[in-house]
Amino acid sequence: MKLVYFAWVRERIGLPEETVDLPADVKTVTDLLAWLKTRGENYETALERSDVIRVAINQEHAEHTAALPRNGEVALFPPMTGG
Amino acid sequence: MTAPCEPLVRVQAEDFDPAAESRRLTEGRRDVGAVVSFTGLCRDENGRLDALELEHYPGMAEAEIARIAAEAAERWPLTGLTVIHRFGRIAPGENIVLVVAASSHRRAAFESADFLMDFLKSRAPFWKKEHVSEKNSGDWVEARAGDLEDMKRWQR
Repeated sequence: MKLVYFAWVRERIGLPEETVDLPADVKTVTDLLAWLKTRGENYETALERSDVIRVAINQEHAEHTAALPRNGEVALFPPMTGG
Repeated sequence: MTAPCEPLVRVQAEDFDPAAESRRLTEGRRDVGAVVSFTGLCRDENGRLDALELEHYPGMAEAEIARIAAEAAERWPLTGLTVIHRFGRIAPGENIVLVVAASSHRRAAFESADFLMDFLKSRAPFWKKEHVSEKNSGDWVEARAGDLEDMKRWQR
């Protein structure tokens, strides 16, 4: 699955995007955030306050309870500050 | 009721011309009674900001603004609607965002422009970072709790 990161999530992880093979038990956004945090200190720092992390699945806003798509793009980013 | 208007959405690095965009929604028409245009500018409140860097999510930025614009066009009887949002480095005094809403009557134009801006703030995937000097980048602008409250005003 393709993961894309924006703003301080991108800076703290140190990557704009990556492709990952998810373990079978990672089924929801919440699972994904917990799994990513085990991948290193940079992920732990970026996703420390996971409640504030916003998520988009295939470029549409999604809740943390949403199921992950089999294929596609999941984006993680801070609350938006456009306008 | 007639079919909702087809909103024009652009996400771009270059500047825009608010007057030209307003004119585009009125030129050659006789049914437009009201045009509300909102321009959001980059501001420097205490003389320390060199520029804002606006990061965006290409693809989703256009798609999300189009979803919000389509909802406004469903909700109010608009004759035209244009939304332009810039990305990249923007200096104080420069334009960031434009909403132009045209309608036969003023209330639809006022309300839909206000609605668009409230939703753009909290739903469009853009992030502002402050640059405080040429060399150093500053901090990411934090979302205001009030932005979410502004959006809730439109729940029905």
